[in-house]
Amino acid sequence: MENFNIDLFAALPELTLLTMAMTILILDLFLKPKKRIAIYLLAQFAIFVAGYFAFQGITQSVGYAFGNLFVDDTLSHVLKLFTLIGAAIMLVYTRHYMKQRGLFRGEYYALSLFAMVGMMVMISGHNLLTIYMGLELLSLCLYALVAFDRDNARATEAAMKYFVLGALASGMLLYGMSMIYGMTGSLDLTVITSTIQESDLKNPVLILGLVFIVAGLAFKFGAVPFQMWVPDVYEGSPTAITMLIGSIPKFAAFAIAIRLLAQGLQPMVADWQNMLLLMAVLSITIGNISAIAQTNLKRMLAYSTISHIGFLFFGLLSGNLNGYASSMFYISAYVLMTLAGFGMILLLSHKGFEAEQLDDLKGLNTRSPWAAFLMLITMFSMAGVPPTIGFYAKFTVLQAALQAGYIWAVVFAVLMAAVGAFYYLRVVRLMYFDAPTNNAPIHATFDMQVMLSINAVALLMLGLLPQSLMAICGWAITSSLQ
Amino acid sequence: MIPTNIFNGHVLSLSIWLPILAGIVVLSIGTDKRPNLTRWLALAGGLLALLVTLPLYLQFNYAEAGFQFQEMAKWIPSFNVNYHLGVDGIAAPLILLTAFTTVIVIIAAWEVITNNIAQYMAAFLIMSGLMIGVFSALDGLLYYVFWESMLIPMFLVIGIWGGENRVYATIKFFLYTLLGSLLMLVAFIYLYHQTGSFEITDYYQLPLPLKVQILIFLAFFMAFAVKIPMWPVHTWLPDAHVEAPTGGSVVLAAIMLKLGGYSFLRFAMPIAPDAAHFLSGFMIALSLIAIVYIALVALVQKDMKKLIAYSSISHMGFVTLGFFIFSQLGLEGAIVQMISHGFISAAMFLCVGVLYDRMHSRNIADYGGVVNTMPIFAAFVVLFAMANSGLPGTSGFVGEFMVILAAIKFNFWVAFLAATTLIFGAAYTLWMVKRVFYGEIANNHVAALKDINKRECLILGVLAAMVLGFGVYPKPITDFTHATAAQFLQHMNTSKLIVSALATQSPVAGTSLSGASLSGASLIGTSASATSSSILIVGTK
Repeated sequence: MENFNIDLFAALPELTLLTMAMTILILDLFLKPKKRIAIYLLAQFAIFVAGYFAFQGITQSVGYAFGNLFVDDTLSHVLKLFTLIGAAIMLVYTRHYMKQRGLFRGEYYALSLFAMVGMMVMISGHNLLTIYMGLELLSLCLYALVAFDRDNARATEAAMKYFVLGALASGMLLYGMSMIYGMTGSLDLTVITSTIQESDLKNPVLILGLVFIVAGLAFKFGAVPFQMWVPDVYEGSPTAITMLIGSIPKFAAFAIAIRLLAQGLQPMVADWQNMLLLMAVLSITIGNISAIAQTNLKRMLAYSTISHIGFLFFGLLSGNLNGYASSMFYISAYVLMTLAGFGMILLLSHKGFEAEQLDDLKGLNTRSPWAAFLMLITMFSMAGVPPTIGFYAKFTVLQAALQAGYIWAVVFAVLMAAVGAFYYLRVVRLMYFDAPTNNAPIHATFDMQVMLSINAVALLMLGLLPQSLMAICGWAITSSLQ
Repeated sequence: MIPTNIFNGHVLSLSIWLPILAGIVVLSIGTDKRPNLTRWLALAGGLLALLVTLPLYLQFNYAEAGFQFQEMAKWIPSFNVNYHLGVDGIAAPLILLTAFTTVIVIIAAWEVITNNIAQYMAAFLIMSGLMIGVFSALDGLLYYVFWESMLIPMFLVIGIWGGENRVYATIKFFLYTLLGSLLMLVAFIYLYHQTGSFEITDYYQLPLPLKVQILIFLAFFMAFAVKIPMWPVHTWLPDAHVEAPTGGSVVLAAIMLKLGGYSFLRFAMPIAPDAAHFLSGFMIALSLIAIVYIALVALVQKDMKKLIAYSSISHMGFVTLGFFIFSQLGLEGAIVQMISHGFISAAMFLCVGVLYDRMHSRNIADYGGVVNTMPIFAAFVVLFAMANSGLPGTSGFVGEFMVILAAIKFNFWVAFLAATTLIFGAAYTLWMVKRVFYGEIANNHVAALKDINKRECLILGVLAAMVLGFGVYPKPITDFTHATAAQFLQHMNTSKLIVSALATQSPVAGTSLSGASLSGASLIGTSASATSSSILIVGTK
């Protein structure tokens, strides 16, 4: 019984969020619509407390809980903390947006918190079943959230697409897992690693299982050739939900990629390296080239995400700690940039108007120099131009890939980065060089303005002084994966 | 004397960050509603920034060939990146030129820029700091960060205050430069994995096989040749110059082009000296094409700014020619040419700006007989035109003459082709002056022109003094460069191949001694073997 208590301590952040999610569900029944702000505050409070637990629990050692289902290491704590920080920022951004569209309901917060629990379970999963369970919890919440605006036909369509393709991806992942289980006789990642090490690596079932797992992961990341859902879902969902889909779940996806590939299937590194390389090159190419043709900002950011995932894979495919740490740095930078990018769309949108066309950014510098400057930082950061964090993100993953010997792939990637710069520059061009079509002043709540400023300026400050984040990522990876 | 004590040892940091800080202040205080406050604030910032660079002139040790005013701090320990600054005899005069040009640009924009004044002034101040950062960085990644960052303000300057076709021009400018720079980044990462650091001086010592050297040289070449720009990657420059506001053109021509030239001396050549020798014929050929062919292109231009832009490319051909004939005289001549071209091209673009502000046309055909209405201005223009065509007594002559002299020792025909510039340069510049300034008054607009005001007279006068001063007495520049150039050439004449052949011999005993035959393997192979020594993101903790 004492053991169980210790286990519960390891999962304190998850338990906090879970409790609060259920409380919110019940509380929402009794609250008058005018007092719903309480739910928002409760959700933020829960995130804060969970973040505190995640932070406080950081240790150097690797521990296991619930009979090895759950791993308690530095990586999991740091990623949870990052996820929760991202979630808090996201909730600040979306509050006003949801309110204006009549979506400011308890379910939104409950579902978001459940989704966060799913992410955190994925991050700490040390067993194929735990990982799958976390993934499904996250995915189901996201499907529901995409369709949250019931009367919006586009959103419903997006939800349907997301659900069908997402279920397919989960199926693939599960199928791959079952093959691995069949060959190794265990769901525990440590056991899987040691069994594979002793067995024949050329075993076709094992390789087929790996292929399905990588395909399932790629689906969740949105890497080519499994990217079809990304633009449609990004465009169709309410922007607040797009922001949720596009940002923090990537931490969880990164975590399961590390757990499954770098920990569980580490002996098969040579096999998955090549798969990731192919997907990385394709993602960067197709993501960047397709983004050029977009006129919808959300769609453009969707393709930009695809290319970012390609760069992320460059770190993973190096197959060493340097590469994983680089990827982790990349994903952290990516989430910050995505939050700022979608935050800007939310800032410019108001009731009855979604600022999701590229042309809606026209002349932003005239309307609000500060907002334009924040978007400028975000765009240059996404393009990977120093002195923003986006540059170091690209730099770290590319140096890892170069170190692993993929020199021509790296040269190709930087050429594609220059192609990608074109569409980010186009956004800057619209904001700074064109005259505004709409001179309406920008209304945004104070908390959102402050948060967005902090978020975008952080992209610049972390670009000037990237050491702290790099050190955290390096430390989390080394102390967890040794 | 207290301030000097506080800032002692931080001259370079101050030169970089003071203008950037001034830019931020201007950006946050200045508005279009209070234009004069914004302008004076910017001018004060620019002058202060110029003032803090003066120790580079006053306290420079001419006998010292290595780096001076060094500053060193840990910046990104995960990758062993240092905030390492320092200047040698090549960088110091260029930094002074940068700070000087920024002041000129701010004054030149005084009444001309009327929208988004604060952003305009701030862009130039920040750009100035970043460019000084490029000249003084001794760490590869730090250099790269400055190098790329400065694209952002320039991109905005051309795009916001530029001419009709500005969007095309500025995006072309940005993408051309970015594409070249990204390959340089790959070269830096490769060198990092070889040495475990981003210290430029470590790269100088690194032995490399010829094939690797050539690849590294070409990667750097892509970045710098675009910037200089060399034929055939020069096509962004005429577009950018034509569309840029006057200040943008001045900074582009006076400083940004020099960044490319400077970087050849700082990176491409000393890191890959054997490749530089190996490819020198190719580089000389490109330089000569720039000098002769681009001069001919300049001759037929109808747009004044385009003409001067092409003339810049042609003059920068002298710089690269001076580098790649590997002689003390040629090298020093190239550096003098860089400084001198900084003054002359700035002056020429300012002159076009003066006309453009009044007539809103850059077409040569729209002018004629301007001397009748603007006599003082015409006198200045004729002086700068003479300098641009390399008349003795102006600074334009000194650099070109030194390079041609050095080239004669190298090869008569190279010198012969290079010397044709004295004819072509005079032809296109003076022909333009003739068509614009002399003859009958062409139209009513010209007849209504007013001569330059005090402000314009001041900036052109200062530049004229510089052009004549360095034309008569170029010693201040050569004093700076002499020791550094001598050491540079000595480094260039030491092959890295012999060392690298010895270094690679031990692991692959029995294979050929020639560096080239080993290099194929080492480009990929050594990066893996260097893993243990290099400091990784993970390694430090």
